[in-house]
Amino acid sequence: MSENGSSASVGQDFEKKLDESDKSIASFNVKATSPFERIQHVLHNNPTLVPVIVLMLSLVVFGLIAGGKFFSAFNLSLILQQVSIIGILAAAQSLIIITAGIDLSVAAIMVLMSVVMGNLAVFMGVPTVLALFVGMAGGVGAGLMNGWFITRIKLPPFITTLGTWSIFYALLLWLSGAQSIRGQDIDTNAPFLKFFGESFNIGGARITLSAILMILVFLALWYMLNKTAWGRHVYAIGDDKEAAELSGIRTDRTLLSVYGLAGFICALGGWASIGRVGSISPQSFYEGNLDSITAVVIGGISLFGGRGSIMGALFGALIVGVFRSGLRLSGVDVLWQVFAIGWLIIIAVAIDQWIRRVSA
Amino acid sequence: MNTPVVQARGIVKRYGHVTAIDSSDFELRPGEILAVIGDNGAGKSSIVKAICGATIPDAGEILIEGKPVKFSSPIEAREMGIEIVYQNLALSPALSIADNMFTGRELRKKGFLGNVLRMLDKPAMEKFAREKLTELGLMTVQSIKQPVETLSGGQRQGVAVARAAAFATKFIIMDEPTAALGVKESRKVLELIKDVRAKGIPIILISHNMPHVFEVADRIHIHRLGKRLCTIDPKDYTMSDAVAFMTGAKEPPAKDLA
Ligand SMILES: Nc1ncnc2c1ncn2[C@@H]1O[C@H](COP(=O)(O)OP(=O)(O)OP(=O)(O)O)[C@@H](O)[C@H]1O
Ligand SMILES: [Mg+2]
Repeated sequence: MSENGSSASVGQDFEKKLDESDKSIASFNVKATSPFERIQHVLHNNPTLVPVIVLMLSLVVFGLIAGGKFFSAFNLSLILQQVSIIGILAAAQSLIIITAGIDLSVAAIMVLMSVVMGNLAVFMGVPTVLALFVGMAGGVGAGLMNGWFITRIKLPPFITTLGTWSIFYALLLWLSGAQSIRGQDIDTNAPFLKFFGESFNIGGARITLSAILMILVFLALWYMLNKTAWGRHVYAIGDDKEAAELSGIRTDRTLLSVYGLAGFICALGGWASIGRVGSISPQSFYEGNLDSITAVVIGGISLFGGRGSIMGALFGALIVGVFRSGLRLSGVDVLWQVFAIGWLIIIAVAIDQWIRRVSA
Repeated sequence: MNTPVVQARGIVKRYGHVTAIDSSDFELRPGEILAVIGDNGAGKSSIVKAICGATIPDAGEILIEGKPVKFSSPIEAREMGIEIVYQNLALSPALSIADNMFTGRELRKKGFLGNVLRMLDKPAMEKFAREKLTELGLMTVQSIKQPVETLSGGQRQGVAVARAAAFATKFIIMDEPTAALGVKESRKVLELIKDVRAKGIPIILISHNMPHVFEVADRIHIHRLGKRLCTIDPKDYTMSDAVAFMTGAKEPPAKDLA
């Protein structure tokens, strides 16, 4: 071993043969795997592939069953419009689920902030832009409140947001007096609140601004999650919070920013919902919390955190929209639409579990 | 001039009824490789974690280069140039090798993209990570972009060691860095440890592998029942002496006692 210089000469006897060892970079003879395993691997590396395939398949199937009614540019753009608000909530929800959390209060924050904006702009004569600003800031505040309980008091996200869901819901009933703000009142006093209800036509499709907003929210989050250090940290925290902390991530600060941002997105959704619904109703989107989780899960984002692409939630929301529309146009009763969505959730989670087994 | 790099006195850490560190002292001198040996559960990991801020001791004082420090998180230690290879590695399984090497100190693109849009400079990080791993020679990975969870245990250890060696400027703590490594890979890590010392950066090496310890260590800190029992010079004692002290089979001579 002396020919290898002094440092190695003190090595152990059994290491003598090391010098003769194969120095070439290891080449892996990719072992013959079953097509099943190969699919599993591809899906593991590209978690959004499943919802994309399901979306394509469901479009084709409903196109065949319901025919031209379904596959018209108008109906497809209608689906986009219908899912836009739940889609925006799902974007906020994904962010939190990627950190291995869950937020049961997203819809409550959204409706609460739409009530705040409406009250200020319609009844109290506050300039609409200022009312919007207060609503957005309120959304951030509500999100930070969730984040504060979770990071400082160390409460589990599920319990925290179950609590704040009730709190925000009670507040919104109080602020609204359980009364809706009528569309005419909004039109006369603060038409800008309905901005995201505006639409334009291209080739038979009617694109509303709320749908555009949804897509922009997803693109922005995709960029932040994949191209910035903050995004890498969000994934690392969802993966293994303790390891993330030890490897130099300020986990609590990052989590707080995630909840604050989610709150902001919810408030943005609140603004968009005014245009989408045409009025401000305290009773609207009562199931929005669960609908957003449905979209996230169907989109292949793991509830265990750290895995899945934000775009999955967009596809998840679209899949739900396509199923609802397709089944309705095929003349299927609403109850069977709900039934089908239930199966979608279970199948999506089963597929997630199967894909995760690759690494085990 | 010869102030110790780390000087800890009377460190105590309790977990409920378990006393993990029982008023222990610790000293790391400039430019040395200090091996820490001891039975399982002796408290080796606990004391190095107390030094780097990963756990906060209940009592005791720690001086780094003569200045008292009270780290409240390992991030503060890291900002001083202290790097740690944790026994459980502390990697994020779903992130890539390059992402893991740079967590918390990512490189951003220059100009508008980086400053305003905060865009990561992935090519630069990947290039750096590839260089560091190649230097270590212990990587037979297919791609620097592959998630850490698809690596073998030894390869993961290699990533953690490379990360520490690449960024340390003050000292490195390695908690059993070769435990999962093969013969060839262990040798590379030992050579790396010596290279790091040659650069003047001291190392704390926790290991159960006596031949490794006796090969590289300048001094050996023997930990027993939560505290430093003694510090010995490997040239004065045999491996069986060290094992005898460590297990309580033999009393260390008074001159070496802590
Ligand atoms: N987070 C914790 N909670 C409770 N007890 C702990 C914790 N960490 C360590 N201990 C206890 O402290 C003692 C020392 O543990 P430590 O991990 O420091 O041992 P070690 O010398 O590193 O052992 P090994 O050689 O097995 O790595 C053990 O009795 C252990 O049970
Ligand atoms: Mg240990």
